Amino acid sequence: VVRRVLDDEMLEQLEELLISTDMGVDTALRVTANMAEGRFGKRLSVEEIKRLLAAEVARIMDPIAKPLPLYSKTPQVVLVVGVNGSGKTTTIGKLASQFKAAGKNVVIAAGDTFRAAAVEQLQVWGERAGVPVLTAAQGSDPASLAFDAMGQAERDGADLLLIDTAGRLQNRGDLMEELAKIVRVIRKKDPSAPHNTLLVLDATTGQNALNQVKVFQEISDVSGLVMTKLDGTAKGGVLVALADKFGLPIHAIGVGEQIDDLQPFDPQEFADALMGLDPQ
Amino acid sequence: MFENLSERLSGVFDRLTKQGALSEEDVKTALREVRVALLEADVSLPVARDFVKAVQDKATGQAVTKSITPGQQVVKIVHDTLIDVLRGEGEPGSLKIDNAPAPILMVGLQGSGKTTTTAKLAKRLKDRDGKRVLMASLDVNRPAAMEQLAILGVQIGVDTLPIVKGENPVQIAKRAKTQAAMGGYDVYMLDTAGRLSIDEELMQQVEAVRDVSNPRETLLVVDGLTGQDAVQTAENFNDRIGISGVVLTRMDGDGRGGAALSMRAVTGKPIKFVGLGEKMDALETFEPERIAGRILGM
Ligand SMILES: Nc1nc2c(ncn2[C@@H]2O[C@H](COP(=O)(O)OP(=O)(O)OP(=O)(O)O)[C@@H](O)[C@H]2O)c(=O)[nH]1
Ligand SMILES: Nc1nc2c(ncn2[C@@H]2O[C@H](COP(=O)(O)OP(=O)(O)OP(=O)(O)O)[C@@H](O)[C@H]2O)c(=O)[nH]1
Ligand SMILES: [K+]
Ligand SMILES: [Mg+2]
Ligand SMILES: [Mg+2]
Repeated sequence: VVRRVLDDEMLEQLEELLISTDMGVDTALRVTANMAEGRFGKRLSVEEIKRLLAAEVARIMDPIAKPLPLYSKTPQVVLVVGVNGSGKTTTIGKLASQFKAAGKNVVIAAGDTFRAAAVEQLQVWGERAGVPVLTAAQGSDPASLAFDAMGQAERDGADLLLIDTAGRLQNRGDLMEELAKIVRVIRKKDPSAPHNTLLVLDATTGQNALNQVKVFQEISDVSGLVMTKLDGTAKGGVLVALADKFGLPIHAIGVGEQIDDLQPFDPQEFADALMGLDPQ
Repeated sequence: MFENLSERLSGVFDRLTKQGALSEEDVKTALREVRVALLEADVSLPVARDFVKAVQDKATGQAVTKSITPGQQVVKIVHDTLIDVLRGEGEPGSLKIDNAPAPILMVGLQGSGKTTTTAKLAKRLKDRDGKRVLMASLDVNRPAAMEQLAILGVQIGVDTLPIVKGENPVQIAKRAKTQAAMGGYDVYMLDTAGRLSIDEELMQQVEAVRDVSNPRETLLVVDGLTGQDAVQTAENFNDRIGISGVVLTRMDGDGRGGAALSMRAVTGKPIKFVGLGEKMDALETFEPERIAGRILGM
């Protein structure tokens, strides 16, 4: 095995490796610096260095790898938010299927009353998961739908109500106000709801994910993250920067378009993939 | 959340300007800032590296004129170089749609905005160019994808190919071609399912679609918020399918749009349009000056 001295040039290359995962410059510098501490000038193999970096990343991510918390309160209201096309609707289908399989009584509300065929798309997912989907006409008020759905879920004795929302960019004030209203109206019905607000992030997204988390958290009190599309070439390194800055739990990752393609977030696996290491 | 490039550079250049002449060390310091700013604007690493190199070569050879400070001069070189790279050949927004019916193939990753952009472009071709357009969804994967395009078709007054369940994408493409020819359409647009560039089966499928339809334009639809992965997407789609242009969506967001530079640098193909919203008229022709300013935060 070839060993190289851990010097400045080497550190710069490692920083670049991390930057090319979307980790961002700041976090990449910090992660490499932490790894190098006490090792500068030592001779290390590429594999050893990557393992050390992966360990450093896993250490950062460990505390935030948590499954979606379940509460005794029923119906537990899970609001799913995020920018356009990130994978909200698909993730709801996958979650519904998992909770159903775990013996929960699940109901979905099709809160995207804007996008063409958003309701039809969710209805297909509801069928696949074997879960009822509550709908309203296109163009109707998503907040009223959420309110009605809560009443319906209560009457049906549902354990979980998953509410889909339309995709919205976080810099669109009008659409963010619409989201704030959805939350307000949900709280009118149950002050403790939504019990979880999931922000769905697309792994191909670059540094804008930081703004997404910041603004969605301000507006809708995000309680956890799901990152989708990690089955692609994107590494999702921005999650490390997010862990650094926000510390929000990561509940699950999307690894495909099929109903079972939702996995728990595993920090070591994620870190290994980030560094291009074979799973241990 | 980030310091933009003008802020970064103004910090550096303020210092440099006061020194009068621009030493090689000064250029290096400044370009380090440029590189970081490009990376924070989501320009892919290899592209940022090459870009900085190009700027360095230009800056090093240049005499500093009296009318402009050395700092301003470097900013100008960075800005001009960026616009040069971003500007594609040909008239922005023009599409090869002679020889009716002209097929346009839309490809890209999942959720990038293909279906929405297909409808926006169809509307533009109908409204501005007076073209008769037929849209067909070849997406047999995503739930209600065909219904989505059909609904958009009704909204914008553009015909869609009738949905026949059970057909594969190649069969649908052939039917679209026949219908477009028989129906006297000028253009037919083929909206495809989202696919990962490493999904061998789906990449082969879209190659087969390309081979039966022989598109006049093959547009890669890319999320403007894309980060470092832009290089992979651009390379793989271009190598496998051979794209003729790029559409950048979600440029109404507050992303810095570095993917634009990555797309141009990797494919060499023009960015034809940018998507600026979910509404059917939120599509504009690509303007390199605007995106350059945005990437640099100027
Ligand atoms: N490869 C892959 N594709 C995914 C994953 N999650 C979702 N997708 C795909 O991404 C596309 C968009 O997913 P949606 O669930 O419609 O996203 P959305 O956030 O609901 O979109 P809008 O409602 O339009 O904002 C679809 O083609 C999905 O099949 C994933 O984990 N991996
Ligand atoms: N804000 C904004 N949203 C956009 C833009 N273009 C598309 N969208 C939204 O992005 C989401 C995904 O768009 P689609 O057109 O369904 O994407 P797609 O590539 O066809 O998705 P798949 O078929 O699942 O791969 C939808 O919510 C669209 O309304 C844009 O330019 N700006
Ligand atoms: K991946
Ligand atoms: Mg959706
Ligand atoms: Mg589509």
